Amino acid sequence: MDLSIYSYQFMQHASLSVLFGGIACGTIGVFVVLMGMPFIGVCMSHAAFAGALLSLWLGFNPLIGALIASFIAAGIIGPLADRGELSPTTSVGVIFSLTLGLAFLFMGLMPGTKSGALELLWGSILTNTSGEVMLLGIVAAVVVGLVIAFYKEFQATIFHRELALAVGIPSALIFYGILFLTGATITVSLRPIGGLLIFSLILNPAAAAYQLTYNMKRMFFLSAAFGVLSGWIGLVMSYLLNIPSGATIVITSSAIFGIATLVSPKRKVKRWEKKQLLEEGR
Amino acid sequence: MRSTVVDIEDAVVSYREDVALRGVSLKVESGEFIGIVGPNGAGKTTLLTIINGLGKLLKGRVWVLGNYLTPGNGHSLRKRIGYVAQVQNIDPRMPINVREAAMIGRYGRLGLLHRPGRYDWRIVDEVLELVGMTKLAQRPIGHLSGGEQQRVAVGRCLAQEPELFLLDEPTASLDWRAKKDILELVKLVHDTRQLTTLLVTHDLSALPVACNRVLLMKDGLIWDEGSPEELLTDEKLSDLYDIPIPIVKSRREEVASV
Repeated sequence: MDLSIYSYQFMQHASLSVLFGGIACGTIGVFVVLMGMPFIGVCMSHAAFAGALLSLWLGFNPLIGALIASFIAAGIIGPLADRGELSPTTSVGVIFSLTLGLAFLFMGLMPGTKSGALELLWGSILTNTSGEVMLLGIVAAVVVGLVIAFYKEFQATIFHRELALAVGIPSALIFYGILFLTGATITVSLRPIGGLLIFSLILNPAAAAYQLTYNMKRMFFLSAAFGVLSGWIGLVMSYLLNIPSGATIVITSSAIFGIATLVSPKRKVKRWEKKQLLEEGR
Repeated sequence: MRSTVVDIEDAVVSYREDVALRGVSLKVESGEFIGIVGPNGAGKTTLLTIINGLGKLLKGRVWVLGNYLTPGNGHSLRKRIGYVAQVQNIDPRMPINVREAAMIGRYGRLGLLHRPGRYDWRIVDEVLELVGMTKLAQRPIGHLSGGEQQRVAVGRCLAQEPELFLLDEPTASLDWRAKKDILELVKLVHDTRQLTTLLVTHDLSALPVACNRVLLMKDGLIWDEGSPEELLTDEKLSDLYDIPIPIVKSRREEVASV
């Protein structure tokens, strides 16, 4: 394979972007998968998309609008999921439809060719600037750093929120922290990966890792690794086949999930249990 | 001399339009084992939740382990209170094993940014031995039966080194053998550690064996209290559950014959 393409700065930026984006999205994905909230993540990525479009329309940096919108969505979804007045799925569904409607509204209101909006929708990893790469790196470092520092609180909250609360862990605070981290990760990954595709990069690597291990630390590591791998393979495929990188990244992450499911030891739980019982009986 | 560990004064709790507790007062002495019985919706679970600060009082005061409960001190008090709920529906693929699940009991006491050390793991291994789960310590928690999961839940509470032990229908949805095992375990824990225990249960046969005192709850009030022998009569239970005495008798005979 001709690797001379990596001598170009745009390719170096793209490779670093998927490294940091893959780590951040893969790590956040573990929360999304284990806490059973994929719909919340989809809703937040659309809120970020709508916020970015509003910013573009008003002439600001789209990152600012995306960050504010995803934080607002987290601030609304959290209490709705907690209070239980409506089922979380229903309330998140209502917000999801609202964010989608707002995104289309702002896109409709934007004058001109709407190329900026389409870039946010499909992603444009090959045009990432040094500043955007650095921002992705900072968010990835913050996400990984917080998971390491508060691992036991995250683990307890993922296992059972009420149980975590009952042993004296501020699990509501941890849950809101997870929602805000999800919002921040989606925001910085929006332009490189694209509003429509970002959520696949959050969900698929973690769902693949979930198939392969009964150890949560290993799941975080595998998920981040699959996220990075999806990005790098997707990027190369995009270059070789001359097709959009967002699509190849997401298709690669889906393929990794498919392979993980096929080889998953969890599909053979009965066999695994039998082996354990035999070992324990020795 | 026994000291008071819980003192509830005129507690009123309401969930939207439903009043769950209507002015309940209760004193619990150190080392007591109290059984709480009553029909569904009587306020039994709510009574436990106002003791560990998870329930919100509309009126009244709750004094627990030397402190009045306030919105600000719930977290710190809960670190000292063990709570076992009904069997939880745990995802069989959840990447947490039995040993890690028991360790969660120590997390509150450890505090933020502190990792479990050798001492903590030793305590966890000791409680898993006590609850008979050492052999399954490395098994994913979601692979256990309901009875085994409740044993781990009791172990998790003991790892917490609680000063007060609250159990909310820990044997609900378990088969008779698992029910018996869990209740014997709870009794063993109480007897060996002199741990003040409040047990909400529908299993009336367990109460005379385990409890010093029984509370009968109905319509958000403590309807009667006393020794299990005084209160667990067919007549009292007939009034409590609003069912005729012959039906109470036949149900109790059915349970006793199992």
